[in-house]
Amino acid sequence: MRKHPLFLGFLMAGAVVALAASPASAKVEGDTIILGAAVSITGKYSTNGKNTIDGYNFAIERVNEKGGVTVGGKKYKLAIKYYDDESTPARGAQLAERLIQQDGIKFMLGPYSSGLTKAIAPVTEKYKIPMVEGNGAARDLFDKGYRYMFAVLSTSEQYLTEAINLAAEMAQKQGKKPSDIKVAIAVENDPFSMDVRAGVLDDAKRHGMKVVIDDKLPRELNDMAATLTKVKALKPDVLVVSGHAKGATLVVRQADEMKVYVPMLAITHCESAKVHQQFPKAAENTLCATQWAETMSYKDRWFGSASQYAKDFKAKFNYTPPYQAAESSASVLVWADALGRASSFDIETVRDAIAKTEMQTFYGNVKFDATGKNVAKPMVLRQIQGGQYKVVAPTKWASDKLVWPRPGM
Amino acid sequence: MPMSNLTLLFEAPIFSVQLLLDGLLIGGIFALAAFGMALVWGVMNVINITQGEFVILGGYVGYFLAEAGIHPMFGVPAAVVVLYVVGWALYRLVIFRIVDKDLFISLLATFGLSILAQQLMNEVFGADIRTAESGLANVYLFANQVTVAEIKIIAFVIALLLGAFLVVFLRKTRMGQAIRATAQNARAARILGIDTDKVYATTYALNAAICGAAGALVVMTWIIHPYVGLIYTVRAFMIVVVAGLGNLAAVVAAGLGLGIAENFAGFLLGAEFQAAFVFSLLVVILAWRHLRLSRQRKYLK
Repeated sequence: MRKHPLFLGFLMAGAVVALAASPASAKVEGDTIILGAAVSITGKYSTNGKNTIDGYNFAIERVNEKGGVTVGGKKYKLAIKYYDDESTPARGAQLAERLIQQDGIKFMLGPYSSGLTKAIAPVTEKYKIPMVEGNGAARDLFDKGYRYMFAVLSTSEQYLTEAINLAAEMAQKQGKKPSDIKVAIAVENDPFSMDVRAGVLDDAKRHGMKVVIDDKLPRELNDMAATLTKVKALKPDVLVVSGHAKGATLVVRQADEMKVYVPMLAITHCESAKVHQQFPKAAENTLCATQWAETMSYKDRWFGSASQYAKDFKAKFNYTPPYQAAESSASVLVWADALGRASSFDIETVRDAIAKTEMQTFYGNVKFDATGKNVAKPMVLRQIQGGQYKVVAPTKWASDKLVWPRPGM
Repeated sequence: MPMSNLTLLFEAPIFSVQLLLDGLLIGGIFALAAFGMALVWGVMNVINITQGEFVILGGYVGYFLAEAGIHPMFGVPAAVVVLYVVGWALYRLVIFRIVDKDLFISLLATFGLSILAQQLMNEVFGADIRTAESGLANVYLFANQVTVAEIKIIAFVIALLLGAFLVVFLRKTRMGQAIRATAQNARAARILGIDTDKVYATTYALNAAICGAAGALVVMTWIIHPYVGLIYTVRAFMIVVVAGLGNLAAVVAAGLGLGIAENFAGFLLGAEFQAAFVFSLLVVILAWRHLRLSRQRKYLK
């Protein structure tokens, strides 16, 4: 017996749901172009997996409303065939194979998380199937020479480097040297967070800062007391935490409870953890890395502006879109744009059209370099001020001033 | 870095107090989940992998009470009641089929149930990280150097009380005596007129209820999420392995010890070695015990 019957039964139930949700399964069926995606509907990434799916569906719907995509003089609608990768890379790779081999999908959208993208990219590469992804930011995705993978987001080592630069800037303002700054790092032991760490380490080294704590949190994270006690003992100037929604929730809750004070707290996944709502007082003045902010002035022909996207998304799904949803929607827009320009279903033609993308979306500018990453969009740092997310860095997009140091507790 | 962390502890011993307290307090929660596991394992010879999911489910009871405007503290008794029913139903549906079976079958079956429960919780409650605010203050000692959330203390006390209650229940009540009799010799108990089926159902439901109470405490102190139950299952398993099946006091001691060891390991070695250290410790304890028993010729080859 290879698999437990209950487990298998559940899988089958999942497959039935997935089949029912998508109309058909070929690359072009009638007047519908079908994209394929394996996304984490269940498992540890299911929060962000849902954001991803909502983002995809929202963009698909909007593109179809606005007339769909014109290929070779004929109008086509877009649709997506989904599978649930259960947040496990092995399953993701298997499903990518299935989408391409059995379902005949020729155009792929990415899964959620770097880990899953790493598992799926070799498969799409093998079959020479182009994939546009918006949720795999690990930097080693882009040093493998992948030809068919394109990412609309900023790579993950850029996530929190801006916080280190801000700290250096603030130190100089205070008449201190950047090398006086002590940095504490606590990141989850997964590809994404380890990249965040690598970026932070690089920049800290560049400024000559001292890294006093460098903890790697377990994936099944339920308590950060030991790490935070160390933070309390060593009094760093900056605490950087990246551990998806769990890490964000825990650090905000426990730092407040344990009265661990750091002048600057910079974390990822604030929005998906909803820290500003769950702990309005404790989360105040936390810096949050984001790929995208709705206050930015990007525009496109499908959604209008970034703020319009946020408004329409909220009206439909009843929550403010986190950047995970926005970058997923942007991936769909890249497909719509590239298919229109290619005006063909020939895979190589479409692939070249994607590679030549140069457009502005509500999510930001998109232009791919030779490795497939988007080089036209910066990372943004927002600070929670009065329960609101305010853009404080980079300076070009800053709407508000950084509060630094955070007022004591 | 471990050495500098160690000197840090010597220079400022106050942080050891913090680590000790945090360890003790989370250890109490682990001990609760372990009580239930020891009970089910000892009485029914079933290793219950769903412990963690019971904990998380109890957490959701507390969370939804808080959402409905009721103080999440009432989640503790509410979770006990809800999970008792869930445990009972689960026994009637699945567990009764595996009681007399091989230990391996029970592992597989409860493992399957655990996956099913995770996915169902994800489907029904969503995958967001949930917390509930108890609204209780923190206790600050030594000029804010040591902080303890009152809710953690309450959780700890409740954990001990529940443990004590369990001991009294097993010793003094008819049902408790029946449970112990069944654990000793199910066949003899049946011959003497004990309804072992009912005993098993009660035991399993009781286990779920204890875990539920632990979960309601967890949601007020840490976080819950459909997929973090495994932490509690693994810790409970480890505690039971170290403490043995028949000794609830040992379970408490092992639970607290585990919590403390984890916190110190996390501080000294870094969070990445926190679990690794504890599991290495388990191996050492088992090897040592094996050695001691073989020297005294206390086991059969």
